[in-house]
Amino acid sequence: MTTGTGGMALAEASNAFIYATMLTLTIAMVFFAASFASGRRPSTAKVAAQASAAGTGSDSGPIAVLDRPDGSSSLDAGRRLANIGMSLTWLATGLLTIALVLRGLWAGRVPWGNMYEFSISSAWGVLVVFLAMSLRRDLRWLGLFVVIPALLTLGLSVTVLYTEAAQLVPALKSYWLVIHVSAAIVCAGAFTVAASSAGLSLVQSRREASGRVWGGPMASMPSAERLQTFTSRIIAFAFPVWTFSVIAGAIWAENAWGRYWGWDPKETWAFITWVVYAAYLHARSTAGWRGNKASWIAIVGLVTFLINYFGVNIFVNSLHSYAGL
Amino acid sequence: MTAPPSPPSVLTEAPVPPMGTGGFLRWAWRQLTSMRTALILLFALAVASIPGSILPQRGTNPLLVDEWIAEQPTLGPIMDSLGFFDVYGAPWFAAIYLLLFISLIGCVLPRVGVHWKALRSQPPAAPRHLNRMSEFTEQQVSIPPVELIDEQAERLRRGRWRVRTGSTEDAVWLSAEKGYLRETGNLVFHLALVLVLIAVAVGGLFGWRGNVIVKEGSGFSNTLTQYDAWGGGRLATADTIPPFAFTLDDFAVEFERSEAQRGSPRLFEATVDLQREPAGPVVRESIEVNFPISIAGTKVFLVGHGYAPSFIVRDSTGAVVLDDDIVFLPQDGNFTSTGVIKVPDSSPQLGFQGIFLPTSALDDIRGPHSAFPDADDPSVFLSAWEGDLGLDSGVPQSIYSLETEQMEQIGLRALIPGQAWEFPGGEIEFTGWQRWASFQIAFDPGKEAALAASILAMVGLTVSLFTRRRRLWVKARPAASGSSLVEVAGLAKSEAGDVAEDVAQVRSSLNEDERRDRP
Repeated sequence: MTTGTGGMALAEASNAFIYATMLTLTIAMVFFAASFASGRRPSTAKVAAQASAAGTGSDSGPIAVLDRPDGSSSLDAGRRLANIGMSLTWLATGLLTIALVLRGLWAGRVPWGNMYEFSISSAWGVLVVFLAMSLRRDLRWLGLFVVIPALLTLGLSVTVLYTEAAQLVPALKSYWLVIHVSAAIVCAGAFTVAASSAGLSLVQSRREASGRVWGGPMASMPSAERLQTFTSRIIAFAFPVWTFSVIAGAIWAENAWGRYWGWDPKETWAFITWVVYAAYLHARSTAGWRGNKASWIAIVGLVTFLINYFGVNIFVNSLHSYAGL
Repeated sequence: MTAPPSPPSVLTEAPVPPMGTGGFLRWAWRQLTSMRTALILLFALAVASIPGSILPQRGTNPLLVDEWIAEQPTLGPIMDSLGFFDVYGAPWFAAIYLLLFISLIGCVLPRVGVHWKALRSQPPAAPRHLNRMSEFTEQQVSIPPVELIDEQAERLRRGRWRVRTGSTEDAVWLSAEKGYLRETGNLVFHLALVLVLIAVAVGGLFGWRGNVIVKEGSGFSNTLTQYDAWGGGRLATADTIPPFAFTLDDFAVEFERSEAQRGSPRLFEATVDLQREPAGPVVRESIEVNFPISIAGTKVFLVGHGYAPSFIVRDSTGAVVLDDDIVFLPQDGNFTSTGVIKVPDSSPQLGFQGIFLPTSALDDIRGPHSAFPDADDPSVFLSAWEGDLGLDSGVPQSIYSLETEQMEQIGLRALIPGQAWEFPGGEIEFTGWQRWASFQIAFDPGKEAALAASILAMVGLTVSLFTRRRRLWVKARPAASGSSLVEVAGLAKSEAGDVAEDVAQVRSSLNEDERRDRP
């Protein structure tokens, strides 16, 4: 280890910011959950019903109609709670960014050298993809289902995956690390957000199919069709990025191991993920598959991604076993 | 079938293969090229890929495959014959992806024709009832219809819309379409995938790859017989194997010694004395992970390393029957390594199963194991056997496993370097250890083409997924005093097509014209 005590201070500061992030996200989660539980808002539900009756019109969720409120009088309690959740999520993402920068400064390289670092970066990816998308449309309804996976990832990172080492194993000493892994982090974020909204669309679809107008939390959510469209847009964005990540990985593999594709377990599962999301995109343009079946495929896609990440890194003897555990 | 011809009904649409060869073939082709079939084949491809990530594969780890089969004498050979240890070369795997590609070509080629025609034709005329479109607005503008449509057509053309104008007895209209690149990108993506497959096939047919383990101080010359494992395509020829040679002068490794990530590798570096041509000069080069050396289109990569403990075996008369460094294979991250010493020249024949521990540790649960990957405190645990090694049976044997059916165990012993173990039939001395490095030497003439095709596919995909195909219509009818009643409608032609924004833009430009026109 080349880092001195000054360096350790940086690492400790990074850890402190991680804990601050988790605390902030936990509070954000409580606010989002309270907003979600506050449930049915008549005005919003009416707009949602109108919007879904009009078919695939505007792409912003039904709540977007009420976006940028002109007076606080139009804000009900649930929306105010969700707004606090959003602000806290922004704050948490800022804190996490600082944590990552400090970690990188301490290590003297990009903070993607082991599973701990990759996991906190993925949590960052989830939050950033969510926040970036929230700039263009109202995503308060999704907040709870993005903050939870981000928190779980961070929790797992600090408890199970935490590692202190600063140096890279020889196989990772390449600029391809930056290119290949940054794309994978974006995909981790996008696939997670997509799976969250796909899961919600399945619940919503059951609710709609039951014919009864349930009250409760789901009443304030966008219609199943809108959730499906939202899911497909994220995947349409993430799929080329994933393709890029796989290609960049192949170029690196050619340089490191003498073949651009060798069916290493990591490569195999990256391929499986790619094929599953390709199937998703095809399902979206196949009659009878567009709806719930496509949503299930989006969830299966994330599962294959997670198997690749946790399963292959920890349990399988792969050239990619860099977990540092 | 004696059933009377059924009247035309929805039932005739059911997916039942029609009679007759031609009809059946047409039916089969339609089925194969349908999106649903593509979906099923994609799932099949994903599922078929899984066993290759769980079972050891000959392509990546031939030694582990041999061990696996040796451990499972009944199941192993059956799975081997079904291709489970070479999943990605297995006929059933090939069947899936070839069907998928045939399906792809069958689906994409006709679409190329359709798209080509669409690219050269004008958008369809405006429908009669625009208010049935998903986006529709209506307003009055104080500009005459012809002028208004001309202005809008001009504005849309500047925005790279394909515009067609026309008129009916009561209205002037324009019909505009945008986003043809969506389908172009889509077709490019799919056709580029075919190119990727061709490039991979070229690499597979003409390329070759070999693995070799070289002990420190030993040499390697690039001929087929020197490889531990060599795999070439059907059309690979020996003249693409450049005749270079090298000696592994030194193999340096460093491992993390601090508490965090203790034992993680920090440096691998192979120093070789390389002779690029048979009579050429010898140059010193280093081969590191991520830094291969390239010789005449062939690349030499460092892919692994391990230990080769050194032994001298003497028979009961004291004559040396074996003096060699034996390659042991690492079994875990701390390089607990196993190997086999076979001594066919003694009588009776001797065999040893060994565990080499670079940093010795012993506990009740794991038994003898290594606590650190570097050789801080090496020792070897040996199990000695005597009898018939079975080398003459004609069945090829792995050098990493001992056939003990016709042998008898004569004892167990742990040794540290310099120690010897005397047993009734002779003596074995553990004299030290060396490192070995494993190299992959590869030639792939298709890789540049594969990369180019992959990039083309990615560009096509990105263009396709980020382009929205949509149609716009503007229809103007004359209204009072030179003004127009304008209808604007839009239709999204693709999944992500959001046409509301375009309709809104037409509206705002109409409003601008309106303001400008107003005195």
